Amino acid sequence: MKKLGLIINPIAGMGGRVGLKGTDGADILAKAESLGAKPRANQRTIEALNELVILKDEVELITCPNQMGQNALVHCGFKPKVIGSVSTGSTSSIDTTHAAKKMLDMGTDLILFAGGDGTARDIYSAVKNSQVVLGVPAGVKIHSAVYACNPPMAGKLASLFLQGKTRRTVDCEVMDIDEKNYRRGILSAKLYGYLKIPFEKKYVQNLKTGSPATEAYYQQAIATDIVENMNDDFYYIIGPGTTTRAIMQKLDLGNSLLGIDIVHKKKLIAQDLNELQLLNKINGKKCKLIITPIGGQGYILGRGNQQLSPDVLKVIGKDHVIIVATAQKINSLQNRPLLVDTGDRETDLILSDYFRIVTGYHESRVYKVTRLVE
Amino acid sequence: MKNNKAKVRNFHQAKWDEEIIFELDTPGECGMLTPQIEPEIEQLVGDGISTLPQNMKRVRPPELPEVSQMRVLKHFLRLSQQCLGADFNIDIGQGTCTVKYNPKINEVLAGNENASQIHPLQDQSTVQGALEIMYKLESFLKEISGMDRFSLQPSSGSAAIFTMASIIQAYHKSRGQAEQRDEIITTIFSHPSDAAAAAVKGYKVITLYQNEDGLPDAEALKKVVSNRTAGLLITNPEDTGIFNPRIVEFTRIVHQAGGLCGYDQANANGILGITRAKEADFDLCFFNLHKTFGAPHGCGGPGSGSLGVNKKLMEFLPVPVVGFDSEKYFLDYNLPNTIGKTRSFYGAFPVILKAYAWIMSLGADGLTEAANVAVLNNNYLLEKIKKIKGAAAPYAKGRHRIEQVRYSWEPLFADTGITTEEVTFRLADFGFHLWSSHHPFVVPQPFTIEPTESYSKDELDEYLAGLEHVVREAYEDPEKLKGAPYNSVVHKIDHSTLDDPKKWAITWRSYLKKHKCTD
Amino acid sequence: MDKRKEFVHPYIPNSVPQVKARMLKEIGVESIEELYEDIPESLRFKGKMNIPQALGSEYDLKRHVEQILAKNRSCSKNISFLGGGCWRHYVPAICDEINHRSEFLTAYAGEPYEDHGRFQSLFEYQSLMAELLDVDVVNVPTYDWCQAASTAMRMAERITGRSEILVVDTVNPDRLSAIRNYCTPVLTVTTLKHDEQTGMIDLDDLKAKMSANVAGVYFENPSYLGIIESQGQAISDIVHSNGALSVVGVDPICLGLLTPPSGYGADITCGDIQSLGLHMYYGGALGGFIATRDEEKFVMEYPSRLFGITKTAVEGEYGFGDVAYDRTSFGVREKGKEFVGTAAALWGITAGVYLSLMGPKGMTELGRHILQKSQYAMAMLSKLKGVKVPRFESSHFKEFVVDFSQTGKTVEQINKALLDENIFGGHDLGGLSKELDNCALYCVTEMHTKADIDKLVTVLSKCLG
Repeated sequence: MKKLGLIINPIAGMGGRVGLKGTDGADILAKAESLGAKPRANQRTIEALNELVILKDEVELITCPNQMGQNALVHCGFKPKVIGSVSTGSTSSIDTTHAAKKMLDMGTDLILFAGGDGTARDIYSAVKNSQVVLGVPAGVKIHSAVYACNPPMAGKLASLFLQGKTRRTVDCEVMDIDEKNYRRGILSAKLYGYLKIPFEKKYVQNLKTGSPATEAYYQQAIATDIVENMNDDFYYIIGPGTTTRAIMQKLDLGNSLLGIDIVHKKKLIAQDLNELQLLNKINGKKCKLIITPIGGQGYILGRGNQQLSPDVLKVIGKDHVIIVATAQKINSLQNRPLLVDTGDRETDLILSDYFRIVTGYHESRVYKVTRLVE
Repeated sequence: MKNNKAKVRNFHQAKWDEEIIFELDTPGECGMLTPQIEPEIEQLVGDGISTLPQNMKRVRPPELPEVSQMRVLKHFLRLSQQCLGADFNIDIGQGTCTVKYNPKINEVLAGNENASQIHPLQDQSTVQGALEIMYKLESFLKEISGMDRFSLQPSSGSAAIFTMASIIQAYHKSRGQAEQRDEIITTIFSHPSDAAAAAVKGYKVITLYQNEDGLPDAEALKKVVSNRTAGLLITNPEDTGIFNPRIVEFTRIVHQAGGLCGYDQANANGILGITRAKEADFDLCFFNLHKTFGAPHGCGGPGSGSLGVNKKLMEFLPVPVVGFDSEKYFLDYNLPNTIGKTRSFYGAFPVILKAYAWIMSLGADGLTEAANVAVLNNNYLLEKIKKIKGAAAPYAKGRHRIEQVRYSWEPLFADTGITTEEVTFRLADFGFHLWSSHHPFVVPQPFTIEPTESYSKDELDEYLAGLEHVVREAYEDPEKLKGAPYNSVVHKIDHSTLDDPKKWAITWRSYLKKHKCTD
Repeated sequence: MDKRKEFVHPYIPNSVPQVKARMLKEIGVESIEELYEDIPESLRFKGKMNIPQALGSEYDLKRHVEQILAKNRSCSKNISFLGGGCWRHYVPAICDEINHRSEFLTAYAGEPYEDHGRFQSLFEYQSLMAELLDVDVVNVPTYDWCQAASTAMRMAERITGRSEILVVDTVNPDRLSAIRNYCTPVLTVTTLKHDEQTGMIDLDDLKAKMSANVAGVYFENPSYLGIIESQGQAISDIVHSNGALSVVGVDPICLGLLTPPSGYGADITCGDIQSLGLHMYYGGALGGFIATRDEEKFVMEYPSRLFGITKTAVEGEYGFGDVAYDRTSFGVREKGKEFVGTAAALWGITAGVYLSLMGPKGMTELGRHILQKSQYAMAMLSKLKGVKVPRFESSHFKEFVVDFSQTGKTVEQINKALLDENIFGGHDLGGLSKELDNCALYCVTEMHTKADIDKLVTVLSKCLG
């Protein structure tokens, strides 16, 4: 019997309606509640669970007490096994992390979680890359790419996965607000890592059938193209992302997963550099930058790779920016442009243009990059 | 203005629950008897088989089913009833396919023994009629496009695209630039074959996405055109039905960079006699005879893609072309730099014949009238569909379209969660097709409708009534759509096995091996 | 304002002016001209197309076209010995009946619900061909044999990752030309020699040209010249021992009698279905097939659609759909395998009907009949002075080369004399190679009576003196 875990962050999504950015931390929550915000996560989870009701007798459900999952499941007619406890009063991310760890240990096939970026981050810290998960969107800001586009879709995709009708998984970025920057008044997102989610193109892109060729296949095709065209005179600055990771794998080089690496003459020169280290390394050298959209919003700069500051970009030069992305990633943007938010308006404007995106072996697509005024 | 004649039919498709032909196997039955060999021959040469090399004698006869004649007929007639041909329904839902009326007189003409019983290698003096028809069709296509020479050889639109890519490559090769020029540019709303066929020729393919107007942007084009550009392959109007008024700028940009421009005219039906490849400065173009020119689609072929080129590319065309020396027609193999052959012999002759007859029936004025009415029909539908709650016509707000429209059920999806696929399956319950889009689905929840000139206003209203009915159901009772179709040939198909190598069964014998225990 | 005069046509219902007017009103425009607003003046075609005036009445159209067609001489009224890629075989009446069915003729790309019949008939075509070819995977038809062979070569390239192919010089010249164009610039095409006596493949030449760079070897069996290649297994063994793929082309009409290529090591089999219930149509009715084992590495390389059988929500009901759809260019554009589009589906359905009618006995008996008839023709022709037939010392099926070089007459002269007697002589092979100067390719099928062959011999005898 398949095991499905459910974890709801009951306070996620409360901030947006009352004009707050997220509900991390007890003080923000108190503020939201005082402003009259009502919990939404439960309702949205129920929308997802409705798609799973047909599997009621074929799947074992494991969840957390009360508003963290039990209430929603019982409402839909499920009989879940309840684990863990809830801290009195407001729930905290510790409860989420504990529950996810327990579910991983119990050999859960899929953990469904409802929340926002904060919740995704909590799940990630518990299970890292060893558990298949899927997010039901209920938070206000979602940069993480681990969420389905709406609750019913999350339910449908979970259902397919549990029935074995889609067997593929794909790594997606876990992003959350960069607190350090936020306190300095800069809104930016940090890349924390990658979670495995079920992959069924139909629910990401509405295609007819599941793809026998995986995302990894296309990423390898891109990597082959990039490596084929590498010029020994240049220093290649490789940004984070699963597609850029494939390039490093093609070259048989370890990569820092979340940070900026430099490759020269197909060898790893430096790893996980911050902005200052980067500037030191590339000053006066011919370089090319390889970046890929990070997170579900389509940002190629400014979310998850802030080390690539306006100063760094000035040294590299616009003509030496190479953007890589699978066609599926491009199409998931649903015609929205790729976005840049470097923190410097002029740099953003220079980068607002049509770019040739490498989407495979000997294939590219011309797509718009623009700065978004938030 | 409600049309009271437009009803939603209480339709049910023929459903025979017919076996797979192999299940009709009855040992000993036979469907055909072959002619007996004359006894004198058998006396002279014996059974013939003894002269065969031992290892080439088939050991076990092929395990074809044994079925008597009437049962074979019944079987296939039943299958045919379970197929919704354009002759039976208001076939406007297969956008981009241009499913128009296929005149039955053309079938009669193609059945003439002087069309069906002639061999391609006959002495040319004995096939002057066939060559005349091919030559004359070419002359019509030259008039329609403004191009200088046509090859009728390619077997379809995609084959014609491949031929265009081959000619482009041969052209650059003749100028010593084939290695340098290794990129082909196309657009996301062109047919997938515009990209795919170019890739077969080793080209790197650059695809332009559309801008907010739904058109490829000249700025985007300028970004990627260079001395590496071999050519541009583009449709206009694209599958959105929007005509790109800046097309001449596109061809100019590519020409300036030294590339060639190929016009995919699969969407020619709305512009016959209105605008031509020549004025837009294209070097190559092709037409689908089985779309625009009234030859039938045949479940997916045979078709024919007639490829036209300007003077400088004539020498590269596949051979032979058809010539006329003022006295007789002849097969002309004298093209110095021909790319060779893309198909055996000369082209899909029955399709060519039907297209010829279709054009002769309509004449020049008729072609333009067909285009005009196709555009009229399309804009009539656009006006009505825009008003259906749940439907949207993205791009070119407030503007008209040419011969088809790429619509979207996105509002319906947002309101009800019903997808374009679910709408399609429910429409089958009323005897309608509805097609979404080529991949990728750039327009979310897409559907594409192309009425052509063949259906009456009443029929268009009937289709609209069907759409409205299904949409209303989606809002009131979405669960109903999820189980559709109910009145079609079969019920909800389980596609999950078809991508699993352990489970897929492409032939009956494979199916038996994987899914059934054989007795 | 519409300046042109009215034109109402049976094919255009809404050409009726009153209907047009009503529709324009509902759209909210004055004229159709307004609907073309996006096409700039500068792009408008202002001339007049030099196309004849509408013929209008169906009667006039019929007479007009029939008059042109009457300038042809058909194989029903003449005795034709032509082959070479297009052959005259008997087309059962039911093949025509199903081929003309309106439902099949005018269907196109509907779903496997309302077009279930299309999917089932093509699945059955695939399955019937699979029995004939003794394989588990056959595609929905592609354009013709040229395309099938070309794609098979590209499949070999993709599967092995190598960049050269070897093609025997006794394949149909059209095939070689198409393969060359289709494989440029990705694959090098090298030709293999044939044995001058037998016409079969020169194994030494194969061994010499074989290398670790070869993706596949292509030959046809029977060859373009009608010769039955008996070294098939030996060839496949040489090919396989070098890690390449064996690709064989075959005209399936012979497979009731002859071993299918899968029986002597072929990895990919290709060919044309024209012999299976399709009229000749001046070489315009062709359909290509590609067949392989059911292994993922092969299936994933097909550019064509592959219809698979599956189940539906109702127990016992068959459903159909595309296998591995994202493999085709419809699925993922240029990442797909080559390209796919409208090809030859209706011919595939017709071929399926043919095989259903013929059954195993029919195909075997037909094969034997053709064998005996062609052997009879060869025997009778060889009695003629100066005529060497068959030109190559091998077994033949259906077609054979007749060498007229010792007769003192050219093939052109001979064929002219035959034409005067309402006989279409064999195809002139001169120009193909020095070896085949003054040779002609003759084809004999079940459509030839003994009297037809005897007449050929008589006329030739008179002509050759």
